[in-house]
Amino acid sequence: MSLDPATVRRIARLARIRVSEDQLAPLGAELSGILAWIEQLNEVNVDGVEPLTGAAQMALRLREDVVNDGGNADAVLSNAPDRAGAFYAVPKVVE
Amino acid sequence: MSYIIEGRTGPWEIVVGLEVHAQVISNSKLFSGAATAFGAEPNSQVSFVDAAFPGMLPVLNREAVAQAVRTGLGLNAHINMVSRFDRKNYFYADLPSGYQISQYEHPIVGAGTIEITLADGSTRQIGVTRLHLEQDAGKSLHDQHPTKSYIDLNRAGVALMEIVSEPDIRSPEEAGAYVRELRLIMLYLRTCDGNMEEGSLRADVNVSVRKHGESYRTRCEIKNVNSVRFVMQAIEVEALRQIEIWEAGGTVQQETRLFDPNRGETRSMRSKEDAHDYRYFPDPDLLPLVLDEAWVDGMKSALIELPAMKRARYKTELGLSNYEAWTIVDDPEKAATFEALLMTGLEAKFCANAVLGVISRKVNEESITFGLIPTIHGGSFFSNLTEIMRAQVTNAISANSVSAIIMSTPLDAPISQVRAMIKEREQVSDTSAIEAAVDAMLAANAAKVEDYRAGNVKLFGFFVGQVMKAMAGKGNPGLVNEVLKARLG
Amino acid sequence: MFDLTLAQARDGLRKRDFSARELTDAYLGAVAALNPKLNAYLLVTEAQARAQADAADAALARGEAANLTGIPLAIKDLFCTKGVRTTAGSRILEHFVPPYESTVTANLLRDGAVFLGKVNLDEFAMGSSNMTSAYGPVANPWTRRGDNRPLVPGGSSGGSAAAVAARLALGATATDTGGSIRQPAAFCGIAGIKPTYGRCSRWGIVAFASSLDQAGPIARTVEDCAIMLRSMAGFDPKDSTSADLAVPDYQAACHRSVKGLRIGVPKEYRSEGMAPEIEAMWQQGLAWLRDQGADIVDVSLPHTKYALPAYYIVAPAEASSNLARYDGVRFSSRTDGGDLTELYENSRAAGFGAEVQRRVLIGTYVLSAGYYDAYYIRAQKIRALILKDFTDVFRTVDALVTPTAPSAAFGQGEKMDDPVTMYLNDVFTGPANMSGIPGLSVPAGLDSQGLPLGLQVLGKPFDEETVFAVGAAIERASGFSALPGIRAGVAA
Ligand SMILES: [Mg+2]
Ligand SMILES: [Zn+2]
Repeated sequence: MSLDPATVRRIARLARIRVSEDQLAPLGAELSGILAWIEQLNEVNVDGVEPLTGAAQMALRLREDVVNDGGNADAVLSNAPDRAGAFYAVPKVVE
Repeated sequence: MSYIIEGRTGPWEIVVGLEVHAQVISNSKLFSGAATAFGAEPNSQVSFVDAAFPGMLPVLNREAVAQAVRTGLGLNAHINMVSRFDRKNYFYADLPSGYQISQYEHPIVGAGTIEITLADGSTRQIGVTRLHLEQDAGKSLHDQHPTKSYIDLNRAGVALMEIVSEPDIRSPEEAGAYVRELRLIMLYLRTCDGNMEEGSLRADVNVSVRKHGESYRTRCEIKNVNSVRFVMQAIEVEALRQIEIWEAGGTVQQETRLFDPNRGETRSMRSKEDAHDYRYFPDPDLLPLVLDEAWVDGMKSALIELPAMKRARYKTELGLSNYEAWTIVDDPEKAATFEALLMTGLEAKFCANAVLGVISRKVNEESITFGLIPTIHGGSFFSNLTEIMRAQVTNAISANSVSAIIMSTPLDAPISQVRAMIKEREQVSDTSAIEAAVDAMLAANAAKVEDYRAGNVKLFGFFVGQVMKAMAGKGNPGLVNEVLKARLG
Repeated sequence: MFDLTLAQARDGLRKRDFSARELTDAYLGAVAALNPKLNAYLLVTEAQARAQADAADAALARGEAANLTGIPLAIKDLFCTKGVRTTAGSRILEHFVPPYESTVTANLLRDGAVFLGKVNLDEFAMGSSNMTSAYGPVANPWTRRGDNRPLVPGGSSGGSAAAVAARLALGATATDTGGSIRQPAAFCGIAGIKPTYGRCSRWGIVAFASSLDQAGPIARTVEDCAIMLRSMAGFDPKDSTSADLAVPDYQAACHRSVKGLRIGVPKEYRSEGMAPEIEAMWQQGLAWLRDQGADIVDVSLPHTKYALPAYYIVAPAEASSNLARYDGVRFSSRTDGGDLTELYENSRAAGFGAEVQRRVLIGTYVLSAGYYDAYYIRAQKIRALILKDFTDVFRTVDALVTPTAPSAAFGQGEKMDDPVTMYLNDVFTGPANMSGIPGLSVPAGLDSQGLPLGLQVLGKPFDEETVFAVGAAIERASGFSALPGIRAGVAA
């Protein structure tokens, strides 16, 4: 499995990481190396095996429906790189 | 009755499926303890979980789960005892974690059905594919600043039920009926407040068109349509747009579109252009949701009467007309008042009349809601209401008097005042008094009596009116009729 | 004072041989003197540490000593600490000050601990060398005999291990996603345990891979780890994967005999062309256990070699999603662009280092349309097989003993040419994360270059007690007492 520059560009776009054009090929080669190593998993017969999604072997616990959080806009906004009053601010989004 | 659009190349039928997002009624959010109330100050109902701060983890709200199960039961749907939460990954300004926690592969509710009734009285079963729980996103405000969007996360993380229909809908009317019935079911179950203006209920509308007998053609999804009327309009204009493309030899592109009610058109959504690889995978912060059999059974047995069952009962058991049944059931608060009146022993038809007539007028005039009637002023309005209505049943006052007293009684009037008003308008049922009044009237209108006896029977109404007038409206109309008939032979 | 273990220091405090303030001041002094050389601490919270020490002295004076009253600890900078900058070793969290305290650190504070500061780590805990930290590499306090070139402390908890080994803290919090507690503990000649998944709350710990991440202690001795874990562990309703189980007395477990215990030796751990010195150390460890009455049994874990490649699907997949929140909007550093998408792309390109970018891209790829089944689902099926391997052997043995890492500490800049070479550091530790079982690394001896080697003890889920018993037995038998060249209390 080898990642061509177009594929790297597509993944980088999905992941919202800027990758310059001249980095697409070397990065692709590097990622391909990792994927090639991962290919050995194809040796394993996984027929009929149920995928294991996590290490915790129990059912989900539920929380009671009470309001016990929030009400602290300042704390929520205190680390924001740009804020306008009680809002986070970002460059204008066109819908 | 099939809905057909005549194109240049012949008739087209439309195929519609709906994805309705319904906000769950709960105190706190789906995965955090922040409040869900509408209209709060920006970012004041946001926990660090909702804002996706580092190290924050979701914990599922039991009530949101219960609401989803209740709704599923209300849709006659299969409840999945094991379901799971997945992450839907995409970047968006008001999606703090970069993923929405939703249920993709294993929803909590499976297949169900909704029966809709159309204007011609025909009914259709619309399949519900599934219902799943997911988080709402925050809100972006684009009109506050020339170059910036502002973000409010109050709604981020609020529990939604996404209810997906089968592509069974064949006309705008059916779509409207489907949304209205679904909304009503949730209103009765108290699982969603159905408030479309506040965004508690939004529909994504999938529309395609086809020639009769064809399989499906490419569909477009119109996002976030927020009224029943707009759902119907959007389907109509989108179907016409697609037919035009097909008939011009073009191809409809599968895409996400937006309905613009001002211009009556749909247009492509630029912001959703490249968001199509959602990379769903099971959320590793959450474990499988396993429902308790007894818990679900408990909710099943506590399930209240749903609108379709209510309409049927009102018609067959209570003898209401189709119109009365639909009008009352369409408003759960009206239905509750109607049933509360029934409980006092009043007759159904009489109660239905009152609810749809004078009580509706009173509610409007007082600017209250039907929901308040049983409890307002410690229930005194409701007990006054029944006192007044009972007075008509016992023939103490006339139907007109009932209306007049209800309209003029203050909501908090003491019962003594109401009784005095009834007394004032109490009917005279004393036969000798009525006989006296009839005799006096007949004597005064001898010529007309001649006329009547000669065959002008229409004069009977005039005679009744004259007697009532003489008795200041208090004569018992039944007795007046009876005596008059006897005297006139 | 620096020669005391955590357990001994605790006794000294309780007997008032010295005050918490004296102990803390001594450690703060050592940090000031040695940290420029090691770069273990990213932030020293002096004033806070002294205030906590004073509070500890007051509590001791009242006779209200809790488990860790007055014990100076270092906190991996992956744990959110209220009002104290938390970077995760990343540029993108350069200015992040959490308004909350992680459950694990809150538990330590509840039990009277003193926090000296925040220690270095691989960026977002992704690495095995500490070379990926945005704030510079950490030097291992150990060097090869006759060679002063700096070695890596291992990773990702390299700052934690280096700080404890150099005696710049009595213990440190750490996290382990694929070996990040055990491998650095082994590289630095100290002990560390990754408890069972669900034993310590993940709430407030910057997430790397949610289904694998687990917090644990790094300390000088197995018993010190046991004392710390007692405070760190416990049920937390804020973490849906936290186990609702009582926390046993791990310290007592360290004194249990191993007589009659069945110790498994997985044959697949031998296959990868193991260095003879590592093999010899392993055999030595098994001999010590046999001498103390344990039965040594050969077992098989057939899917061992697939654990790491499967890990490199699962961990990056989860990471690609977990790290999406660092978008320059709410708490992470922003690099502007023309529109919001460019702001995201620029902020994340500037804020994430090369290894983090690599893993986010791999994770994005393996989850993307058309590849999900081939990679992610297959990896999760293999994960099920790995768990089954362990479940099967734990029907016949009480614990497993293996080497912790395939080599001793290596030089800064070595193994950097190819990511996979670096990934192979975790070949013995990764399976425990994939299956959730507990694993402990205990120092067992030195190699021919004078560098420490560790042995790993793996146990049944939630049976950390047996793991501690076996680890302590190895520790007792080894009599390991070698010390690194760079450490507090000796002239450099
Ligand atoms: Mg949708
Ligand atoms: Zn949805």
